[in-house]
Amino acid sequence: MSGEVSQLEELKAAIRGQLDSLDCVIGWEQGYDPLHATPLFIRSEADLERLTISPLAVHNPATYTTGFKGKKIGLVVRGCHSRSVIELLNEKLIERDEVVLFGLCCDGVVSQRKIRAALPADPGFVEAVELGKDELHITVAGEQATLKLQEVLADKCLHCAYPDPLVADVLIGEKHAPRQAASPACQDAFEALGNEEKLAFWQDTMSRCIRCYACRNVCPMCVCQDHCIATSRDHLWMSQENTPVENFMFQMIHVSHLTGRCTECGECERACPVDIPLMLLRRYMNKQVREVFGHQAGIALDKTPPLLTFQVEEARIKERDW
Amino acid sequence: MSAQDEQRELRIVGFLCNWCSYGGADTAGVARFIQPTDLRIIRVPCSGRIDPLFIVRALLNGADGVLVSGCHPRDCHYAEGNFYARRRLEMLKRFLPITGIDERRFEYTWVSASEGQRWQHVVTEFTRRIHELGPAPFFNPVSEEEWAKLALDGAARGASCACHG
Repeated sequence: MSGEVSQLEELKAAIRGQLDSLDCVIGWEQGYDPLHATPLFIRSEADLERLTISPLAVHNPATYTTGFKGKKIGLVVRGCHSRSVIELLNEKLIERDEVVLFGLCCDGVVSQRKIRAALPADPGFVEAVELGKDELHITVAGEQATLKLQEVLADKCLHCAYPDPLVADVLIGEKHAPRQAASPACQDAFEALGNEEKLAFWQDTMSRCIRCYACRNVCPMCVCQDHCIATSRDHLWMSQENTPVENFMFQMIHVSHLTGRCTECGECERACPVDIPLMLLRRYMNKQVREVFGHQAGIALDKTPPLLTFQVEEARIKERDW
Repeated sequence: MSAQDEQRELRIVGFLCNWCSYGGADTAGVARFIQPTDLRIIRVPCSGRIDPLFIVRALLNGADGVLVSGCHPRDCHYAEGNFYARRRLEMLKRFLPITGIDERRFEYTWVSASEGQRWQHVVTEFTRRIHELGPAPFFNPVSEEEWAKLALDGAARGASCACHG
């Protein structure tokens, strides 16, 4: 792990050099126990000491950028986070000269869900976590468990095509060789199901949803804040009823508003307290956008999201056939 | 339509743009073309006014089918409303399969104000298609027993879904 220690020092030095000119730098620190990280808002040298960049630091800092509009901030970003930043820039929701990006070449982050499943018992409060090169040593209730890092990496990291930041002012770590994106096996298996099975799956899954809106609040692309139609008093969009159909309607709103904008950072699924596989919808929709418009959100600057523009003759839309 | 007279009428919602398709439907009516009567028309200023979520809401609220019709591309009264609509509606159409809602329950097309004949064709074809599919399944459980089963199944499965992380 010596590589990571030197990277952390390098990052700290880079942030320290710019701290005076920035209102805030967003990174991660240890959360309520050694297994969980939490976002860190660095405003002073003292805050900087708490910074961590271990694979436990999962949160997408791009989510906070729109709240800092008009101020100059720094962000510590991994590959997928940089895609969110690019998409926000492309939609002119943030200004390039108002963000300084400290990019990390990322080897993947963990999934707390997989760790929970791999530990013999519900960990509750974890006493200590030690990071080996490919392993995670977790001490719970006096006993140590060793998990392979590769086995507890988040799904998005296993199939990640952009581990290195696509835009960065300071780049830390070594760049990866180009990779091919792939969709996880469960995605293909789900898509192959029939309509009835899919409907039954969503009926069942959506009955679990408690409509806490964590998926929306954590989404870097959900920028409407107090104007979200899901929480407006306009009952024609959604009612307060916590029934599967209303919960599903909320997800439809989310997916629909993310069409051609979702950068697949996976935050919605991570934040979901009842483990709803929301990325099934997102990944599928992104695939459709790629097929029809050849567009992928957040991989290049100065691209217009496909639904904000049009072509008089659409090459791949055949709507006049019937 | 004699074949459809014998069947129960289904609920089909039609979003029609004011300038072309609504006029087209009117033309068909004035010309006394015979049409099925399952379609409930909602007139909108332009197909660009239609949020794809209107259609989602209609389908989740129990519509058996949703038809959208606007001006032909290049004929939009507001010059480019239907160009944007085409992209949005196409994405909605492609989205529906993952939700388990049959994508054939939604269709969009273009009918101009003079095309009474084409309107008759569109509405007849679409109604026939929806009748073939039958009534749409309810998303919410319909009976007390089904609600109870949903809760029990969920509890039996436990907190986590194994297929993702």
